[in-house]
Amino acid sequence: MCFKNGKTGLIPAVILALTLVMASACSGSTQTITEAGSTTVQPLAEKFAGAFQAQHPDVEITIQGGGSSVGVKSAADGTVDIGAASRELKESEPNLVKHLLAKDGIAIVCHPSNTIQELSIEQVQEIFAGKISNWSQVGGDDKELHIVAREAGSGTRAAFEEMVMGEEAEITNNAILQPSNGAVRTTVAGDEYSIGFLSFGYIDSSVNPLSIDGIEGTVENALNGTYPVVRPLYFLTTEQPEGIVKEFIDFCLSTDGQKLVEEEGYIPVH
Amino acid sequence: MRGWSCQSHPRTVVIKMSRYFIDRTAKIVVFVCGSISFIILLAIATFIVIKGLPVFSEVSIPEFLFGTQWNPDRGLYGILSMIIGSLFVTIGSMVLAVPLGLACAILLAEVAPLRIRNLLRPAVELLVGIPSVVYGLVGMLLIVPLVRQIGGSGFSILAASIVLMAMVLPTIISIGEDSIRSVSHGYKEGALALGATHWQTIWHVMVPAARSGLMAGVILGMGRAIGETMAMIMVIGNSPIIPLSPLSQARTLTGNIAVEIMYAAGTQRDALFATGIVLFVLIVILNSIAIIALRRGTAQHVS
Repeated sequence: MCFKNGKTGLIPAVILALTLVMASACSGSTQTITEAGSTTVQPLAEKFAGAFQAQHPDVEITIQGGGSSVGVKSAADGTVDIGAASRELKESEPNLVKHLLAKDGIAIVCHPSNTIQELSIEQVQEIFAGKISNWSQVGGDDKELHIVAREAGSGTRAAFEEMVMGEEAEITNNAILQPSNGAVRTTVAGDEYSIGFLSFGYIDSSVNPLSIDGIEGTVENALNGTYPVVRPLYFLTTEQPEGIVKEFIDFCLSTDGQKLVEEEGYIPVH
Repeated sequence: MRGWSCQSHPRTVVIKMSRYFIDRTAKIVVFVCGSISFIILLAIATFIVIKGLPVFSEVSIPEFLFGTQWNPDRGLYGILSMIIGSLFVTIGSMVLAVPLGLACAILLAEVAPLRIRNLLRPAVELLVGIPSVVYGLVGMLLIVPLVRQIGGSGFSILAASIVLMAMVLPTIISIGEDSIRSVSHGYKEGALALGATHWQTIWHVMVPAARSGLMAGVILGMGRAIGETMAMIMVIGNSPIIPLSPLSQARTLTGNIAVEIMYAAGTQRDALFATGIVLFVLIVILNSIAIIALRRGTAQHVS
């Protein structure tokens, strides 16, 4: 081969490399599925992908985070096969096919030493809106209330706002904002007079989940529909899925898939 | 050397060639390395500006800089509360760290016997090596509950200032010690010879003479304080409100970026990059002041 002249040698080399890349991409032996969106769904999606790939070694699945809004957007514009959202879609958002994977409850949590065990949903709303600022206003000690919430853009915050705060009320600016479920838990666990909200998956003995309207925040109550703060976890596609994407989603909704949902601490739906 | 170049012995020519070659190569290598670090700085600055500028088509610059409301869901992007938050924690940490740092620098440079110095100095230097998340953790689990005893939720400007104080102390101490040490011996001997006590010499002669170096240490410490992110997120509460007391929660400019970037898209993302521009400008201003202060100091010593 003529490699004496650097330029003429380079061109065939580049063509060869490109052909190889294209050939491997078109060879059909590997199929790819891409998913992006909600960080709440992410660990679950990774579990699904792992189990599905064990059955279909020729399928490659890429899971990415980004948040529910990113999930909706990238599913709608086709950058990914599947988007993920941990909240209901807004009216302003594009129409997508929703595949309900699981449900996740949001618990309202206090320090274990706090005497308050129960609040009504109106009280929770008024507390987080900043209208109630002292525990004595809801029957507790005469102490200032410390509100702990998530940052703007968090799916957990969006779901909490939608289900508890409603249209007219907003989480007060005076709330302590922590950037993750774990940090919210540590903060509430460290302050006797704080209140926060957490995904069910994060509850442990360091915090006390409150009953809402007399209903305890447990997976059972979320399952039978009595616990009021439960959000859906969705996979989103532009149209009814076909081929390998359909197979993957069907697997997530199957008995095997729903077992993984339970293992991850979420609420199975099928 | 001149003798060598005059000889025409073949071995000398080889040495001369290789000396010349190494000399040239070394110059090129250091020049390239220098350029790379400059290019990196330029690339970062350009990137932030390009990513951040689009926000100003949605929000005007005064609205962005002086708006008191930050609420991306409603399209409100005012970062005044965070500029104030950043400035307050920086000033707070300086109020705590400067007297302590200055005293420690004097101790290390002039007062402490060698044995104590050899113990203290590595300890201070070790403070630099502790990752900021560890400072944050200690702050969150120790300082925040303590501040809560005074009032409020504990997540506050005060807690953040205390944590930052510990983080900037090493900078202030080591630069302070160096600058006190580098004061000309003539000053010290002159003062002592005139009958001043050791403390009078330190306080009225050496500290004033080292003033510009001490200033530079303080300003570099301020740069670190403004730039600190992780530890701040953990102890300041991150509420986008204008802090009206040291016990109030607040949000810093760095915290604003770090807390929201994970989810941000569109205008919100642009606004976070624009926050980065503001931060970049603030730090450039501080560093320039430090450089000028240091230069002034050197000029004084020469004269």
